[in-house]
Amino acid sequence: MGMREKVMVVLGAVAAMLLTRNIWVMLTQLPDEAFQGAIFRIIFFHVPAAFTCFLCFFLALVAGIVYLAKKSLQWDAFAVSVTEVGLAFGAINLISGMIWARIIWGIWWTWDWRLTSMLVCWLLYAGYLVLRRAVEETTERARLGAVMLILNFSVVPFVFFSIKWFRTQHPQPVLFGEGKMDGIYREMLYGNWVPLLMIAAVLVLLRMKQENQQREIDALRRAAHSF
Amino acid sequence: MSDSEARNFQYLAYGLIACWVILVAYVLTLAARGKRLGRQLENVQRMMEDREGK
Repeated sequence: MGMREKVMVVLGAVAAMLLTRNIWVMLTQLPDEAFQGAIFRIIFFHVPAAFTCFLCFFLALVAGIVYLAKKSLQWDAFAVSVTEVGLAFGAINLISGMIWARIIWGIWWTWDWRLTSMLVCWLLYAGYLVLRRAVEETTERARLGAVMLILNFSVVPFVFFSIKWFRTQHPQPVLFGEGKMDGIYREMLYGNWVPLLMIAAVLVLLRMKQENQQREIDALRRAAHSF
Repeated sequence: MSDSEARNFQYLAYGLIACWVILVAYVLTLAARGKRLGRQLENVQRMMEDREGK
């Protein structure tokens, strides 16, 4: 087992232990929120999933810029890996939010600024994956993908600040700003973000390995055809 | 426990399950891709060996 595999196994094991402990504490020791009741606990996955998603999209932006500067395909592999993982966490954020909304608002979805902008953001990043499938040539695919990642990121601040800039149904920030949450909830929220970040790191490493493997296979195929 | 409290817990369970289903689904797609890459690598290696043999 190589160093990378060992890191992945350790990170995955620690994340699993932390998540098990967190879910236990969340369900048995944390009190219900006064107005929302038990469903409030969904925030401990909903918000960290959004943070992880945005962090991944930010890293994809950095990878896109560095790729255009250095033209190293390693950065392209990193970009596609973090984007895919970011999309998975974005999906967790959207779906968990819908389930929370069904109880608190009585509806699954509303075309509110925050919800709509998050959905548009998710679709734009999904579009990046579609674009990659459509372009055959490796360097052209990496170049167009990098440009798209840079353009896509312009939506992320809009999603983040939409609840400040517009009248929305979505709750105001609970970690900073006026509606600060209680310390024990805040501790759980950040405490749950750590294992989710570890899982994201494992998935990115795994995906990068596959991307590099795919490139090796393509190179071998070209070499085989050139005989 | 009242009906609304029970419904609240039920939807919390749906939320947690949905989070795990999405993660597991993504891990399964990674596993499927890994298998496919393994097969492709075998094919290419076989192709290289055949060509070298000729």
